[in-house]
Amino acid sequence: MPPRPGKPARPAKRSGPSGVEKLRSSLKRRMARPGARGELRPSAPIVPSQAVAGRALTLVVAIMSFLACLTVGAVTIIHEAANAWSNDLVREVTIQIRPADGVDMLREIEKAIAVAREFPGVGAVRALSDEETKDLLQPWLGAGLDLESLPVPRLIQVNIADASILDLAGLRQAVVEQVNGASLDDHSLWTDRLAAMANAVVFGGVAILALVLGSMVLSVVFATRAAMAGNRDVVEVLHFVGAEDGFVAREFQRHFLLLGLKGGLAGGLAACAVFLVLGVLADGSTGLAGMEQAVVLFGGVSVGLAGYLGVLAVIFLVTVLTAATSRVAVHAHLRRIE
Amino acid sequence: MIRFENVGLRYGMGPEVLRDLSFEIKPQSFQFLTGPSGAGKTSLMRLLFLSLTPTRGLIKAFGKDTSALKTSQIPALRRRIGIVFQDFRLLDHLTTYENVALPLRVVGQEESQYRSDVVELLKWVGLGERMHVLPPVLSGGEKQRAAIARALITRPELLLADEPTGNVDPPLARRLLRLFIELNRLGTSVVIATHDLALMEQVDARRMELGEGRLVIHD
Repeated sequence: MPPRPGKPARPAKRSGPSGVEKLRSSLKRRMARPGARGELRPSAPIVPSQAVAGRALTLVVAIMSFLACLTVGAVTIIHEAANAWSNDLVREVTIQIRPADGVDMLREIEKAIAVAREFPGVGAVRALSDEETKDLLQPWLGAGLDLESLPVPRLIQVNIADASILDLAGLRQAVVEQVNGASLDDHSLWTDRLAAMANAVVFGGVAILALVLGSMVLSVVFATRAAMAGNRDVVEVLHFVGAEDGFVAREFQRHFLLLGLKGGLAGGLAACAVFLVLGVLADGSTGLAGMEQAVVLFGGVSVGLAGYLGVLAVIFLVTVLTAATSRVAVHAHLRRIE
Repeated sequence: MIRFENVGLRYGMGPEVLRDLSFEIKPQSFQFLTGPSGAGKTSLMRLLFLSLTPTRGLIKAFGKDTSALKTSQIPALRRRIGIVFQDFRLLDHLTTYENVALPLRVVGQEESQYRSDVVELLKWVGLGERMHVLPPVLSGGEKQRAAIARALITRPELLLADEPTGNVDPPLARRLLRLFIELNRLGTSVVIATHDLALMEQVDARRMELGEGRLVIHD
């Protein structure tokens, strides 16, 4: 029956619950009983994930992983460049013949070439022409140089076909003994310096890596302690129901493993993105002056396979280190409270 | 089962809160532990549960001298003892079912192995319809029964209950007491710490009375 005008509408007497009440009671039932139809929800983690200082620590781990990956990338670039320089230099040696009174330079050059060619493992042997020698000296002595009027040493470039069978010491001795005023330069001064520089860079990289990972470990230790303190009731209850320390540690470690994996992946992927951008910029088509110089210096600033494998290793290391650190911290904490 | 010989306990450099306690909890026995507040009931319960070490004397639990136990050996002994706390100690983020199943989870049992046991026990303590709810939704009595079910799920040889009726009304207290008596009939030794005289009068059981750190036993 419609309500009379001028009178407020009153709900009619009803036999069953209204739609709103049905909805309310249904909601109430659902809130009170997550598995309302008798089915059980999958067992919740014993240590609630929100109780572990998640987001901030994930960010810290991600930043640390990113820095570690960048370090690995930089180390591989420099290491590969140093290797390339060294290889270029050890692929050839130089015979230098200094002019001396009464010595026929051309004859000595031919003699030196003949001596060098006798050695197994030696490839092409070639004396630098007058023009090439002039070009080499031009920056210091200027153009229009008369080689005859100056006591300029002459150079013979000896390419090494197979360094494993070449007797470099024997070649040096033969050249010095059989050719007047001759000496052999195997560029060891340069290669030694390059090796030292490369080693220093690698050492520095490893040191930075250790510092970054060390900071991350400390952050995880503090976070684990905070998580343990925040979940003291959970730890106590676990002890009361007979849980062993290993079980408690595993429950915390599980969260930190996931957290380490997330952070490591985020940092690693960000570093890979930086490497890819660097690779694109290093194509030389960008016209960036700094990048062109870097390309000239390093022979390319793109990160190779070793760099990407290094990133994978860092992600793995960060994940394992995060989980292991939390495990050790939990055990230490449990020892203290027992 | 558990034997105390001249056990004394002090916290730090303070006075002895328990002095010269000598008694034995026998298999399938039922006893009340009583005494005024601050008499040391909870400390004695913690000694029985191996969560405190005495400052002197000998405690033998299940035939082992507890002072010679390594830390790693204690969890296995604790699993033979069930404990119910006055404040329940349920984990609020786990459902009733998950709380009760916790002792089985910590020993590495799969859910498929224990599901029916847990459901059956929850029905036995009258929580069959409340197994999916989280503890904050449970009433005091329901929490108490959930805590008891958690203590019982591993079928312990000894059940320790600290003021199990402290937070419930008299009718529920009587129901809980009947539950403990039933358990005892099934073979579990029971120690109930309480200062509820009305509760103790309902059962003709051994009474261990603590006063000023000393224990008087009325068999």
